[in-house]
Amino acid sequence: MIENRPILTFVSHLILIIGVAIVALPVYVTFVASSLQADEVLQSPMPMLPGSHLIENYTKVLSQGASTNVTTAPVGRMMFNSLVSALVIAIGKIAISLLSAFAIVYFRFRFRALAFWMIFVTLMLPVEVRILPTFKVVSDLHMLDTYAGLTIPLIASATATFLFRQFFLTIPDELAEAARIDGAGPMRFFWDVVVPLSRPSIAALFLILFIFGWNQYLWPLLVTTDESMYTTVIGIKRMIAGGEAATEWNLVMATAMLAMLPPALLVLLTQKWFVKGLVDTEK
Amino acid sequence: MEKRARFESRWLPYALIAPQMAITLVFFFLPAAQCLYQSLFVQDAFGNATQFVWFENFQDLFRNDEYLASFRVTAVFSFLVAILGRSISLLLATLADRVIRNATIYKTLLIWPYAVAPAVAAVLWLFLFNPTLGIVAHWLTSFGIPWDPLLNGTHALIMVVVAAIWKQISYNFLFFLAGLQSIPKSLIEAAAIDGAGPVKRFVTIVFPLLSPTTFFLLVVNIIYAFIETFAIIDAATGGGPGQATQILVYKVYADGFKGLDLGSSYAQSVVLMVILITLTVVQFRYVERKVQY
Repeated sequence: MIENRPILTFVSHLILIIGVAIVALPVYVTFVASSLQADEVLQSPMPMLPGSHLIENYTKVLSQGASTNVTTAPVGRMMFNSLVSALVIAIGKIAISLLSAFAIVYFRFRFRALAFWMIFVTLMLPVEVRILPTFKVVSDLHMLDTYAGLTIPLIASATATFLFRQFFLTIPDELAEAARIDGAGPMRFFWDVVVPLSRPSIAALFLILFIFGWNQYLWPLLVTTDESMYTTVIGIKRMIAGGEAATEWNLVMATAMLAMLPPALLVLLTQKWFVKGLVDTEK
Repeated sequence: MEKRARFESRWLPYALIAPQMAITLVFFFLPAAQCLYQSLFVQDAFGNATQFVWFENFQDLFRNDEYLASFRVTAVFSFLVAILGRSISLLLATLADRVIRNATIYKTLLIWPYAVAPAVAAVLWLFLFNPTLGIVAHWLTSFGIPWDPLLNGTHALIMVVVAAIWKQISYNFLFFLAGLQSIPKSLIEAAAIDGAGPVKRFVTIVFPLLSPTTFFLLVVNIIYAFIETFAIIDAATGGGPGQATQILVYKVYADGFKGLDLGSSYAQSVVLMVILITLTVVQFRYVERKVQY
């Protein structure tokens, strides 16, 4: 600290604590609501202290699903779907980006510049702006309501490719030369040198991409019509679609907590890696 | 930057890049080309009859009051998200940077909203703002402020703006904090010795030095408000009441999947693409040059 100003420091802490409290408020209320009975939530105002139905509500949504007016799959099933798609998207993106960045950095081939620009352009075309035609392609390929349909269209990634390209450019040339003199082929070099060196970037990127995959909304909304293929995020949306009075908010809120928990835990437990991943992907 | 050490192979680089190219071609370029092509046609809802109409879809769009209204909503929405969201995060980051010893604790307490899905954030705030059972709505009405986001367009817009800012707060906070911590302490100390107080130091030194981060976050937040907030809009309001929260990207979806006005939806996609390409180019030009004082 530059100078000692106790009042200013006190005010700083005060504003920060208020900020943290406001940021935490929605999650606290969600948690409280998820521990109440359905009619307790409907009281106005609803209680602000947790009730006694926490475990009951969570077991109910996990094994049976949430709502009486719309049929939904058990949330356990939805969380499995979310997990599968988040893992496939994260691992798939990392795998194909590692390979293509390796090709772009370590080989000179025809169409190299073209390939680079094609990948770059995908940055500007997120799924949201080309909804209809992408949906049509996936439906023509009979990939609706499949894990492949949920994941593969989201796997191409300019960000990850650029990140790895950037990193590969910092690997000393001597390593590649030494490998060549020792008679190692390109793939041997890739597996024994490039991939181990990239491990920190891979870990940081995995966190960001897992969260990206887990939190997908528009795409699973379009390609899943079968309730057993819903992801958790889509499940919540379907639960509140049945109309105001019929929504069992305590169960919806329990599902919301379950949807938030895995990515939030991941962020908090791996904070350092996560921040590195976030900052790196934006360079 | 180029590598000196390379490998030689006739086929290997193509094989390595093939998976990425295949997915990019099938799921990016094919649909984007379709968009451009189809935006020049008028179709009936079943896709049986199509008619080539040149740029009529675009002309119709910009003569359509609903579309222009959606443009206005998007402008207001992204302006609020980008300005308010960054201001709040900058305030918190500056204070956290000041109380440096405890900055990590506040960082931990503020980064987790990043992990919350936008759609879930929307449901959370919808629950808080719900006129009959929401706790925040209850507080507002007990202060005598009328509140009904389900019927009042302005209220609905405030609700989605709050949800969008809440979701983005940790991202902005982290980048501002990193930017603040990279400003050399010697500069601040020199100013303090010369008698500049905290506010003066912030206005004349910190804020100008922070301008690359501020500008970078401006572009990121605008793109976020244009595109990623789709989930917030769909889960919280569905574009309503009326068209009060129907941002451009939501209208593409609503017209294409609900209204089945395909030609118009394709044309809207093309307009969005143009906007997005412009924003991305601006962002990259800036990243290349790192404009700074």
